[in-house]
Amino acid sequence: MSAIVAARRAQPLTRAALSASEDSRPVRLALTAAALGFLGLFLFLPLVAVFTEALSKGGEAWVAAVSEPEARAALWLTLKVAALSVPLVTVFGVAAAWLIARFDFRGRRLLLALIDLPFAVSPVIAGLVFVLLFGRQGLFGPALAEHGVKVIFAVPGIVLATLFVTLPFVARELIPLLEAEGRDEEEAARTLGASGFQMFWRVTLPNIRFGLLYGVILANARAMGEFGAVSVVSGHIRGLTNTLPLHVEILYNEYRFQAAFAVASLLAFLAIGTLVAKALLERRIGGSR
Amino acid sequence: MRPLLRRESVLPGFSLSLGVTSAFLGLLVLLPLAALAVKAASLGPAAFWATVTDARALAAYRLSFGASLAAAALNGLFGLLVAWVLVRYPFPGKRLVDALVDLPFALPTAVAGITLTTLYGPNGWIGRHLEPLGLKVAFTELGITVALTFIGLPFVVRTLQPVIEEMGTDAEEAAASLGAGRVQALWRVVLPTLLPAWLTGVTLALSRALGEYGSVVFIAGNMPMQTEIAPLLIMTRLEQYDYAGATAIALVMLFASLLLLLAIGTLQAWSVRRSLGEAAS
Repeated sequence: MSAIVAARRAQPLTRAALSASEDSRPVRLALTAAALGFLGLFLFLPLVAVFTEALSKGGEAWVAAVSEPEARAALWLTLKVAALSVPLVTVFGVAAAWLIARFDFRGRRLLLALIDLPFAVSPVIAGLVFVLLFGRQGLFGPALAEHGVKVIFAVPGIVLATLFVTLPFVARELIPLLEAEGRDEEEAARTLGASGFQMFWRVTLPNIRFGLLYGVILANARAMGEFGAVSVVSGHIRGLTNTLPLHVEILYNEYRFQAAFAVASLLAFLAIGTLVAKALLERRIGGSR
Repeated sequence: MRPLLRRESVLPGFSLSLGVTSAFLGLLVLLPLAALAVKAASLGPAAFWATVTDARALAAYRLSFGASLAAAALNGLFGLLVAWVLVRYPFPGKRLVDALVDLPFALPTAVAGITLTTLYGPNGWIGRHLEPLGLKVAFTELGITVALTFIGLPFVVRTLQPVIEEMGTDAEEAAASLGAGRVQALWRVVLPTLLPAWLTGVTLALSRALGEYGSVVFIAGNMPMQTEIAPLLIMTRLEQYDYAGATAIALVMLFASLLLLLAIGTLQAWSVRRSLGEAAS
């Protein structure tokens, strides 16, 4: 009996507590609607618009736009630049993450800040610095010209600018992952007589493989999609130094909107693929922790 | 006292990883940025000052900072809303929506640029409804803000989400049991907890917006003194072979970025201290 009274008395209190720690249904509905409305307007609509515009003149026009020689050259160059820069960024990322997460040394914080620096620098400045180094009026420009080496307005410059903007991606993913794993397993492997290579291959790499793949995918998306930095160093030579994003710009500025969106839709596919891979990998990384 | 280079460790690869890391950072980051300083120094102080303070440059900074601040503020508001809804409320298709939040990171900026311009242009899906209201978005400051809001969108959401998750509802329930109303609980308990992460996210969005080029050039209109952002002015100077002028303006923007980077570092340290403090108590 007294229990029932207590329960009755407790009930309004819990309801009050609930209303103060939980949002009421109308509030929840209103906030959810506002959030989804914002995302729909800012994210979903643009994504739909890319494909609608790309197909606005039908499938044949889409195929024609993405298979014309200049588009194919741009696609080829984009793949080439990514194939050259992503492996280098991966090597850097693994080395930098190992250094930062496994050793305590003087200048560690400074190094960490330097790794992050390219994220804070404008892509235009990322391109500009390489023009200042290797351009015709640049510091090393005359020396390079003497040996007939072309960096700016050529593929090496595009790769350098891409390396600059993608440098932090792999390291940024691996550092927190390695720090969370701790060094116990690796130290055990070493005391049991594993060589450095064996330890890395058998212990470290399996532990970080999903994070590594995730970082590589993000770096690749940026490498293939970079516009500002590449725009500065490329010189926009059609069929030679035009990557896909630059080709999109040229088509758009020539008022060939449908063709611009058709090529853009290839890059949008890349973005969607990246998001899917990210969602899948995030679950694997989360699960292994 | 720490030894000069490193603590003794059985783990291998210190010299190798230090060598590889320093080589990359030296050749790809430090040397190029040093070139920026060398070039700017070649101008001499008086010419440098004249270049970075001419009317067109001042207008460009004003626009870049103004639009970036407006976009960061918008993202601060809507990012908080989106993060809150994504963590706290169940709704169908949540995983899909959550994945979509990263779209601005994954979509090349040029694609975002031409798409937003088309959407907000006078004949676009959105622009055509705004035009009769007298609202011109494409080729105005408003359009620049829209593009910068798009590219900065994930930052606030992604920095807040883990903090809201970790926070749980315990503190709110405690506040409620002590007699706080919902508004009070949110204002006095939830928002202060989220503040460091929220500020970090807003600063990250601001930093990204300041340097952004690709998504903005298409929608900006690019009229000197009116709709010309600072990164575009650098590009214009470069195309006129005015390398020193481009470098001087780049140095000003780089300095602003470094200050923001410093602010982000401080904010993150505050956030970590805050969560460690809470774990300890």
